[in-house]
Amino acid sequence: MSEVRYTDQHEWVSLDGDTATVGITRHAAEQLGDVVFVEVPEAGRKVGAGGEAAVVESVKAASDVYAPVGGEVTEGNAALADEPAKVNADPEGAGWFFKLKGVNRAEFDKLMTKAQYDEFVKGL
Amino acid sequence: MRYLPLTKDDRAAMLNRIGVDSIDRLFRDVPHSAVVARSVFDLPDTQGELAVERQLTKMASKSSAAGSLPFFCGAGAYRHHVPSAVDHLIQRSEFLTSYTPYQPEIAQGTLQYLFEFQTQVALLAGMEVANASLYDGSTATCEAVLMAQRITKRPKAILSGGLHPHYAETVETVAGLSGTVTRAPVTPGKAEDIIALIDDQTACVVVQSPDVFGLIRNLKPIADAAHAKGALLIAVVTEIVSLGLIEPPGAQGADIVAAEGQSLGVGLNFGGPYVGLFATREKYLRNMPGRLAGETTDAAGKRGYVLTLSTREQHIRREKATSNICTNSGLCCLAFTIHLSLLGEEGLLRLARANHARASALADRLADIKGVDLVTPSFFNEFTLKLPKTAASVVDALAEKGIVAGVPASRLLPHDRDVRDLLIVAATETNTDEDCDALVHALSGAVA
Amino acid sequence: MTMNNQGRPTASGSVNENEMPTISGDRGLQHEVSLIFELGRPGMTGVDIPEVQMSDARLGGLRRKRPVGLPGLSEPEVIRHFVRLSQLNYSIDAGLYPLGSCTMKHNPRLNEKMARLPGFADVHPLAPQQTVQGAYEAISELMKWLTTLTGMPAVAMSPKAGAHGELCGLLTIRAAIEARGEKRNRILVPSSAHGTNPATAAVAGFIVDEVPATEDGHVDADALEAKLGPDVAAIMLTNPNTCGLFEPRIKEMADAVHRAGAYFYCDGANFNAIAGRVRPGDLGVDAMHINLHKTFSTPHGGGGPGAGPVVLSERLAAYAPLPLLVHDGNEFRMIEHTDEATDGAKPFGRMCAFHGQMGMFSRALTYMMSHGADGIRQASEDAVLSANYILASLKDVMSAPFGEGPCMHEALFDDSFLEGTGVTTLDFAKAMIDEGYHPMTMYFPLVVHGAMLIEPTESESKESLDRFIHVLRTMALEAKAGQTARFEGAPRLAPRRRLDETAAARKPILRWKPKALPQAAE
Repeated sequence: MSEVRYTDQHEWVSLDGDTATVGITRHAAEQLGDVVFVEVPEAGRKVGAGGEAAVVESVKAASDVYAPVGGEVTEGNAALADEPAKVNADPEGAGWFFKLKGVNRAEFDKLMTKAQYDEFVKGL
Repeated sequence: MRYLPLTKDDRAAMLNRIGVDSIDRLFRDVPHSAVVARSVFDLPDTQGELAVERQLTKMASKSSAAGSLPFFCGAGAYRHHVPSAVDHLIQRSEFLTSYTPYQPEIAQGTLQYLFEFQTQVALLAGMEVANASLYDGSTATCEAVLMAQRITKRPKAILSGGLHPHYAETVETVAGLSGTVTRAPVTPGKAEDIIALIDDQTACVVVQSPDVFGLIRNLKPIADAAHAKGALLIAVVTEIVSLGLIEPPGAQGADIVAAEGQSLGVGLNFGGPYVGLFATREKYLRNMPGRLAGETTDAAGKRGYVLTLSTREQHIRREKATSNICTNSGLCCLAFTIHLSLLGEEGLLRLARANHARASALADRLADIKGVDLVTPSFFNEFTLKLPKTAASVVDALAEKGIVAGVPASRLLPHDRDVRDLLIVAATETNTDEDCDALVHALSGAVA
Repeated sequence: MTMNNQGRPTASGSVNENEMPTISGDRGLQHEVSLIFELGRPGMTGVDIPEVQMSDARLGGLRRKRPVGLPGLSEPEVIRHFVRLSQLNYSIDAGLYPLGSCTMKHNPRLNEKMARLPGFADVHPLAPQQTVQGAYEAISELMKWLTTLTGMPAVAMSPKAGAHGELCGLLTIRAAIEARGEKRNRILVPSSAHGTNPATAAVAGFIVDEVPATEDGHVDADALEAKLGPDVAAIMLTNPNTCGLFEPRIKEMADAVHRAGAYFYCDGANFNAIAGRVRPGDLGVDAMHINLHKTFSTPHGGGGPGAGPVVLSERLAAYAPLPLLVHDGNEFRMIEHTDEATDGAKPFGRMCAFHGQMGMFSRALTYMMSHGADGIRQASEDAVLSANYILASLKDVMSAPFGEGPCMHEALFDDSFLEGTGVTTLDFAKAMIDEGYHPMTMYFPLVVHGAMLIEPTESESKESLDRFIHVLRTMALEAKAGQTARFEGAPRLAPRRRLDETAAARKPILRWKPKALPQAAE
């Protein structure tokens, strides 16, 4: 059973054992508007918590996506290259960005819960 | 002042609405000590059209226009005939006085010609995609090197000795900050062994063809060697008309083509404004600098055009942009597009043939002069001669006689003693038989 | 993830056509225009060039093997194509063009005529120097106007546009710092800056450090001072700034920057508000590019070409790039190589081939000579007056984030007056198109939500401004009263409805291609 946490940079991360899946939140996807391009990291790349890991672009905005937790990339979501619209349609599901292994549980625990993130977004 | 519509009464009424008693109140944030009086400026007052025109016409008459005498300068800027329709069309208000097409619904004219321009450039270069232009050929070359550094994540750029020295200096100035720039030796009339310089730190090899001496370079082996080492080939073209007759760089394996489009539509303009052409492979699209017009549809389903992929650009990416450039060469692109549309396939081929034929015939006659040798075995409309004395002195002597014989290589490479006797001569469709006779005659006299 | 820009609505809106379609698809003077590649026929040409005999012997074995793929058209067809295209464009000549920060002022036609004088236009950049003295004189005259108006001792003429000028300025600063034997790698840039500023700093090899804005739209001078240190090379400041405000603490900031051993780069995009009245040199500026296409009215031409000469202070003058125009005795001379440089000049390199945008120089010089120093000052004052008139006339119905004013040459509004109406800044701007106006700059500067930046320039009559104000007031009042019909799906009356930018970016089509690609022979 995986758990999900959120960052103040609007990423979500779901942890299953020491393997994490990362994407951007529904709030972030709505703010961006129609996503037109996503660049995901290649497998094998090592990223630190808070490091730049991916790029997401809408027509008028470009954003870096940071790794919420450190680890080694095992897979980028190749489907987003052809269908960036998945990020809008299902940001916290089929629109995931990349998967990490070797994740440190302590880093994960520092992040916001769903309730905390929703509260955080309300305050923006 | 004829350009300022507000009257004294208007200004008073407007100040009244604003609720201040003088214009000075609107400048209240400007430190008083920084406001200067009219008398501080040693500059004239408002003048009417007639007075301004009189002074500037007099000033301009102190230059000898290229069209007023036998004229054979090239080396990166070429004198061609520009059809009258070009200048009339680019002066239409809707083209001349519009801004960057940020509101596509009322800028389809600009957007569509940019799309047509991009298509023409891609076709000429033999590449898949082209942008909506950069400033000129030299800055386009510089941007190409920066792009190659980004793509390969390698620092080193190798510049052919046949690359226009101004282009090489421009690349060194800017791309030298983000990497290293190496210049291969200058070998007039011959291809240097640039392949030997490529290593696994090489981002790109930059080769101009026809090169600055006029020599046509075979790019294919260089492209193959570069690719084998994971480097890119950047092909530079300073005389775009040559691509009417010569195999395009795209067909020879180039990854990026950076070119000067001045020959079509733009004119000499004493060095600018010109139009930088930039084309590449589709796979490098997102690393390409510059604006792009793209096709789409409107809400009613009609075909239309927009600026697209602008997330690469500075107004969104800021310090992460692919380039800091935010303008293209708008009106010069339009001139280029109109001229090339007028020429069409047939006209471009005829123009290119006329240029090559003119230059070939002239080269033969000049090389027949005793002591004068043709240095470039192949060329398009520009070739290099070896003279029995310094080329600069010959050019000066002929200029005295009202003939501009070409560009002495020493003007571009003052430190290279081996090029002191080399004269770079360009001949285009604008040169008449009389012009050529005059040059042959005068040069014979000057070197005798 | 970073949210470094405001996403904005890109949806197309609904279409509700009640009009009877025409048979041709054209609508009166509004023509549908094919791509040039869809026109013409093989063998046709619009330029008569004699067929000549020619041998391939000197082409190095590299004769083109396949046709380029260009269509063939006669001259009347080409003219009709481009005239019809032109009719799809809005232009200053046709109407008020209030694009903030872009300065869409009148383009006098005398400028065009003078730029075409053969002694300026039909001159080769490498022609023998003794044959091009008139062109050099024009450049020299323009240099005199620019240095006099800015109160700066030197000017680098070769940069080809504003962003190129910024790069030139920063490279000059880099050279000066290196000459001092120092290493400074940080550039301070306000959050309200044009995007080119940080982009240029990055290209010039510097690290960008952002300085926040204060509540009232100014650069936070205290935050700036706190960030200064031995690693700061320069600040890049736009003044008047992108919110249309003059920085009141500018001299104080310049002094602090100089005390820290750094340089003050000024983005001169908004020089048109103060030209003839304030000299940037007196404010402590070390380098500033001047957009000739803004302040001195060389035409924008649909996005270029521009020109961006950079004026330099005494401290930087020696490092200006090649080429350098000098006057020795009775002749002008262009110094094109470093070791020919005189008077202690140590040029940092070269920005481009040849020596800048001559075609723009002659136009700008014509503009300046026509206006004179008094006319330039009057133009600045009228531009500021007109912007304040708009601000004063609209601030009760639209929302001005920085209060009562005064502003400089542009009036800034945010979208808080549209709150709860369902109308966005984009809708408001697009509805202006149906009223016959080009929209203002929208969503810039980024420091203001839903920004609308209006720059009327000095070229509008009071009648024209009053009409514009009436239209905007009515629109704002309607939006607030819930009458939003005219905003939905606007524009309706332009050559195109809203265009699908999302589709354009997801599957880019960047060139025409023949319907069926012919099979390659090889």
